[in-house]
Amino acid sequence: MSPGRRIRPIEPKLRLSFLSPDDIERIHNAALLVMEEVGVRFPSHKALDILEGAGARVDREKMIARLPGDLVMNAIKKAPSVYTLAARNPDDDLLLDGKHCYLSTDGCGVETYDLYTGEKRTSTKKDVHDSAKLADALDSIAFVWGPMVSAQDVPAETRALHELEACFVGTSKHVQPETIISEEIARYCVEMAAILVGGKDNLKKRPIFSVMQCATDPLGHDGGSLEASLVAAEYGIPTGFMPMPMSCATAPATLAGNLVVTTIDSLSALVLIEIAHPGAPVFFAAAPTAIDLRTGGYTGGGPEDFLLGGAFNQICDFYGIPLSMGAMATGAKVPDWQAGVDNSFSTVAPVLTCTDMLTGAGMLNGSKILSFQQMVMDCEIYEIARMFAQGIEVNDETLAVDVIKKVGVGGNYLAEKHTRRHLKDLWRPTVYDRTPYNVWEANGKKGAFETATEIARRLLETHETIPIPDDQRKEMAEVIKKAQMELAKGGVKHV
Amino acid sequence: MCKVPSEIVEKIGAAVFEGSIEEAGELAKQALASGLNPLDVIEKGCVPAIEKAGDWFARGDYFLPELVASAEAMKAAMAVLEPALREQKAERKVLGRVVLGTVQGDIHDIGKSIVGSMLSAAGFEVYDLGVDVPGETFVAKVKEVGADILGLSALLTTTMPRQREVIELLTEKGLRDKVKVIVGGAPVTEDWAHKCGADAYGEDAIRAVRVAKELVQ
Ligand code: B12
Repeated sequence: MSPGRRIRPIEPKLRLSFLSPDDIERIHNAALLVMEEVGVRFPSHKALDILEGAGARVDREKMIARLPGDLVMNAIKKAPSVYTLAARNPDDDLLLDGKHCYLSTDGCGVETYDLYTGEKRTSTKKDVHDSAKLADALDSIAFVWGPMVSAQDVPAETRALHELEACFVGTSKHVQPETIISEEIARYCVEMAAILVGGKDNLKKRPIFSVMQCATDPLGHDGGSLEASLVAAEYGIPTGFMPMPMSCATAPATLAGNLVVTTIDSLSALVLIEIAHPGAPVFFAAAPTAIDLRTGGYTGGGPEDFLLGGAFNQICDFYGIPLSMGAMATGAKVPDWQAGVDNSFSTVAPVLTCTDMLTGAGMLNGSKILSFQQMVMDCEIYEIARMFAQGIEVNDETLAVDVIKKVGVGGNYLAEKHTRRHLKDLWRPTVYDRTPYNVWEANGKKGAFETATEIARRLLETHETIPIPDDQRKEMAEVIKKAQMELAKGGVKHV
Repeated sequence: MCKVPSEIVEKIGAAVFEGSIEEAGELAKQALASGLNPLDVIEKGCVPAIEKAGDWFARGDYFLPELVASAEAMKAAMAVLEPALREQKAERKVLGRVVLGTVQGDIHDIGKSIVGSMLSAAGFEVYDLGVDVPGETFVAKVKEVGADILGLSALLTTTMPRQREVIELLTEKGLRDKVKVIVGGAPVTEDWAHKCGADAYGEDAIRAVRVAKELVQ
């Protein structure tokens, strides 16, 4: 039986803006100019054929397409601004309408902090399932992005399929993999999802998964990823493009210059998809950042990221394209002060620009180590952001003049009906510790980490995800088996 | 051998250290035009400068973009000086020859390139083959330049197996005992380095240099 709608999107009332309309116009014009004069690399002949057919100037040898401004603008017009990411459980569908922020898990880590031993170890298929299950149990999380970690105990050729299977089984919420990076793998994924929605034709109406691809900044894309996205678009599955320009390395040092690269590396992929499949749902995903100046490392959380993310969100509003933004990607190695600071800022900034999707909760060390505790704690950060973004509503009921008069001078509001009506409007912590000192001491001096450990263990031990019928599970397993046989022969380049 | 006028050599050193790429190339041309010995220019001008840049970076006084610019300036000067050196049938002292690249199916470039810059700053001759490099290309280059070290980068768990495949290919071609193999990249661990048959693992660029030096000793 369906538990009813569980997920809790944020509907921000407060709005921040980082760029003026004139700033946006200048960034847009700069992006158009570079796309037309320099072009963008599409290392796929299939993609180049499509672009050339539509009027782009193509250099086959360098695999670069120069995109005229009107080609770009027409493509943007074809892309829908509002659509739904479906979930296996329809109650948890996500309407992307520019008014809601949905939190996902973080993804594609390579190690896991074991929830019982605390040991850091190589990630497995079971971790993919368990993290999806915990996400299913946490109402703050709207969908699973990733998978959260790589299933390194299954063969590399079909790993992405095993991961998709483990996500579908672990959660009935929407799933958005980032690991579908070849046409072949994309076709198998479509087959697997079709089993769950009653045929490929139903995927258009019920896209229970979407795909996200990284761009190859600056001014380029990955061939396999583009071809995978073309397959997705063919079946009406939303496809997202994620530039990750790092100022000083893959983008200019200046933030405005970084935004030009981010804009080009998003828009140019959209152009391809809309030419090939007009009206196909596309979203952008942005993780622009700056390098760490000492090591060249990906910083994942820093003041530049908050500015870049917020600003790019405004640019996406200008184009009317939904946006997913990298948030909570702390570089901290354990769930510590840095993780808290990083993830709070990187959540609040995109919430206050009303980013449609935030990716996501639960990872440490720059999206490399899964921590179940961090996932629980990140949900708490998200709930604080929700409260904050709601702002203050002023009307007769909230002004509460009647009850103020009634209680009068020096009384209290504890037993008032008005209080009972509204007490649940206030924020209630689940991980935060607000106990008196002696109670905290008597309870064994538990901090947020210990509390989060208890919550994660309890949820994983007791939560039940809406199951997938046995025959459908068998069919999915058959697809993976078939894929393993076909791909192991060396059919696929990108694994 | 003519005495090196210290001014121009000093200028080349400064250009390399400061990462003035065009200037380093120009000065190298001027040096040759004024009859200087290319080996002297390299060993007294370029090498100390790039080593200084590497030291500054290692102790935190230079930022990464500054180091990379130094390595590029060094390359620009060497592009002029090395052909002249070959004409004289002379050879410069290098710590070793390194062939480096990111394995097939993987396009992550940044970490590998940083390792390349650091290795050249430390005195290695580096052949960077780029990204998405097929096994045969690695093996052919190792053979062509008589490499002492092969560095393989992989950033995806699905491309890590390629590191092992390249090592197997080296064995197949009878080259495995002629070259040391170092592996690295975000998901790569010490443990995997052993499993895939590599000689060493470099967690980051500074450690990559340390192990490379140990391997050629
Ligand atoms: C930037 C980035 C990209 C950029 C790369 C841009 C470029 N020009 O290089 C782009 C956007 C193109 C990209 C693409 C993809 N990426 Co990526 N990417 C990253 C990111 C954020 C940072 C990598 C980086 O540059 N780090 C900075 C450098 C300095 O660090 P480094 O690479 O680790 O290198 C250091 C050491 O590892 C070592 N080292 C590296 N190489 C070598 C070699 C030798 C010989 C030695 C000794 C040492 C050594 O020294 C270096 C310097 O200190 C990482 C996350 C992370 N935190 O690592 C993900 C990450 C590696 N990417 C990931 C993924 C999934 C992808 C995509 C598949 C996504 C997609 N669906 O399109 C594609 C892959 C496409 C392909 N076929 O390769 C995952 C991999 C997870 C997994 N399960 O395998 C990661 C971990 C992020 C995540 N959690 O999602 N990515």
